[in-house]
Amino acid sequence: MEKFTVHTGVGVPLRRSNVDTDQIIPAVYLKRITRTGFEDALFSAWRNDPSFVLNQDAYRTGSVLVAGPDFGTGSSREHAVWALKDYGFRVVLASRFADIFRGNSGKQGLVAGVVAQEDIELLWKILETKPGTEVTVDLVERTVHADDITVPFHVDDYTRWRLLEGLDDIGLTLQHQDEISAFEATRASWRPRTLPAKHLPSVEIEAARPTV
Amino acid sequence: MRRPDLTLATEDHNTPTLDIDLPIADETSRKQIDTLRANAAEFGVRIHSLGDADQGIVHQVGPQLGLTQPGLTVVCGDSHTSTHGAFGALAFGIGTSEVEHVLATQTLPLAPFKTMAITVDGELPPGTTSKDIILAIIAKIGTGGGQGYVLEYRGEAIRNLSMEARMTICNMSIEAGARAGMIAPDDTTFDYLKGRPHAPEGEDWDAAVEYWRTLRSDDDAEFDAEVVLRAADLEPFVTWGTNPGQGLPLSANVPVPAEIADANERVAAERALEYMGLEPGVPLRDVKVDTVFIGSCTNGRIEDLRSVAKVLKGREKAKDVRVLVVPASARVRLQAEAEGLDAIFKDFGAEWRNAGCSMCLGMNPDQLAPGERSASTSNRNFEGRQGKGGRTHLVSPLVAAATAIRGTLSSLADLDLPGDVDLTTFDGSPLDGVGAPGFDGDAPAVVDLGLPVLSVGPQA
Repeated sequence: MEKFTVHTGVGVPLRRSNVDTDQIIPAVYLKRITRTGFEDALFSAWRNDPSFVLNQDAYRTGSVLVAGPDFGTGSSREHAVWALKDYGFRVVLASRFADIFRGNSGKQGLVAGVVAQEDIELLWKILETKPGTEVTVDLVERTVHADDITVPFHVDDYTRWRLLEGLDDIGLTLQHQDEISAFEATRASWRPRTLPAKHLPSVEIEAARPTV
Repeated sequence: MRRPDLTLATEDHNTPTLDIDLPIADETSRKQIDTLRANAAEFGVRIHSLGDADQGIVHQVGPQLGLTQPGLTVVCGDSHTSTHGAFGALAFGIGTSEVEHVLATQTLPLAPFKTMAITVDGELPPGTTSKDIILAIIAKIGTGGGQGYVLEYRGEAIRNLSMEARMTICNMSIEAGARAGMIAPDDTTFDYLKGRPHAPEGEDWDAAVEYWRTLRSDDDAEFDAEVVLRAADLEPFVTWGTNPGQGLPLSANVPVPAEIADANERVAAERALEYMGLEPGVPLRDVKVDTVFIGSCTNGRIEDLRSVAKVLKGREKAKDVRVLVVPASARVRLQAEAEGLDAIFKDFGAEWRNAGCSMCLGMNPDQLAPGERSASTSNRNFEGRQGKGGRTHLVSPLVAAATAIRGTLSSLADLDLPGDVDLTTFDGSPLDGVGAPGFDGDAPAVVDLGLPVLSVGPQA
C-alpha cells in the first residue's frame, strides 16, 4: 500500500447526509471482476444532474471530499472506496462514518477522517464561497487546513500507523501464524466445518419461467 | 487459502430468478459467476450453485445447513451477515480486502465494539411482526445510532419470536449502523438447529447445548447504551423516505418537512420526498404501489411465505400490481411447494420465482423501472436500490400481502377478513429443508457427500 503522510488537493463540498454506498456506486457495477476502473461509476446517478458538485469545473479535479454525517452507510461493498480512489479522492472528511466503510477505506489507503460537524460546516462555507480552494490533510498532525482555518480530525491510531507506513494487513497478521495455529488447536471438535459437506438429499430444482 | 473447510460460497446477488437452467444472459454476471466457480474449484471451496438444492441467499443457506451456530464468529462480504447473530453468533459484514485477509489468515484485526442492549418488552399486537420491531428501532435510533456498537436484542417480545423472525431483526442491525446484532441462544435456537446437516449429534450435541446455554449476558451486565421499546405500542411500520430510518407507523401521514426542526433532517426529508414523488401530509395508506416484492435475506423465509399465503389465499390481487414472491433459498422453495403455498401465490396472480436476492438490490434482472413504486419486504430503500429511479417502501410480509390485495400501502386491519383465518399466530412449525420433498421420516437424513461437487462453468 502507498504511504500517506500529507496530501493537498481541491476540496469538494458534498452537503448531503446519509450518503449510502448504493449512491457512491450502484450495485449494477458490482458484477465486474476487476478492482479498478470504477471512476465513471462514482455517484453515477447524481452525475446525470448538471448541478451536482462534481459536474462543476472548479471541483472536477477534487481529491478531498467533505461530506455530511453518516457517510458510507449500507452495503459493505468495497467498490465504494475503489470508485472514490479511482476518481482521484485521497481523503473523505465527515462527522460520522459507517463502520464498514471506514474499515474498507483504511485497507485501501483512503483516509476517512472524522471532523466535528461545526468544522465541516466551516469547510463547506470556504469551499462553496471559494470554489477550487485546496485543502491540506496532514495525517502526522491529524489536521485539516483550508484557507485561513486549521481543524483537527480523528483517525484511530492503528489505521494511522498503517497508512503512514504503507503496511499491508495480511503481511502483518502472518507474523502471528504460530499464535493463530495455537488458537485453532483449541477449537472444539463438534464445531461445524463446511467440509466434508453434509446435505439433505439432493432434489431437482425446477426452473421458474416467465409468466408472460 | 488457510481454511477451505471453514468456508462456504453461494450464488445469490447477481443471479436470475427465472430460467436458471439456461446460461446467464447478462455477460458480466455470467463471467463473475464463472470466475467464482473456477476459483472455488481451484481452492477446494464448497459452493452451492444455481440449480443446486442448497443454493440460495447465504444468510438462509448457512442457518438451514446448521452451519450457523451459537458462539461462532461469522463473516461474509455482505453487510447483512448480521442475520446470523440471531443464533448468538458474532456475525458481521466485511469488505473485499477483509475477505481476502480472512481467506489468507482465518483472522481479522478489529477494534473492540461497544455494546448496546435493545429491550423489547411485552407482546406484539396482532398483525405486527419482527419487521415492524426493527423498522421501529431504526426509526428511533437512526441509521447511525448503532455505529461502533454490537446490538443485543432481548426482552419478552424477542424471546417469543421464532428463529426466522429473529433473523429478520438481526438482519437489519446494519441499517441502524451497527455491524452486528445478536440474540442470546435459547431452546428456540436449539430446536431450530437440532437435526440439521451440520448440527452436532449425540454426545457432541449435549456438549454443544451445555456450552451454548452459557452464551448469554449476565443479569447484571452493563451496556454502553440501552434502548427500551414496548411491543404493545408497535403498529405495522412503513418507510416513506430514502433511508431505513425514515419510517413511520402505517397509520401516519407523509411527514411535512417544514415541521421538522433539525435543519439537516429537514433538507434530507425534502430531498427524500422529491425522489419518492410523495406529497407532504398525504396519508401513507393512500400511497399507490406498482410492485410488491416478497423475498430477500430479510423476509424470504418459509414463515414469511406462510404468513403471506395465509393472507392471499382466496383473495384477489389489485389490478395492475405486479407481485413477485422469491424464496430465500431453493430449500425454502421446495418446502413452500410441499405445503402448496406456490399454488396460492400463482392463483393470486403472483410470480413464483427461483431463489436469490432478486429485487432487493438491482444487481440482477429483477428491477424497478424509473419512477416505479414498490412495497418491498427487503431491507434498503436507498435511491435506486431496486433499480435506477425506483421508489421503495420497506414493509413487513403482512403489509406486503395486504398491499398486494388493495393496491395501496395497507395492513391487515384494512382487509375484510373472514372469521376463520387465524391472523394472530404466523409462526408455524419450525421451518425448513427438514421435511422437504425427498426427505423421509423425522430423523434427519443427512448425506455425507465428502468433497463438494463442483460445477465449473465455461471460462470466459
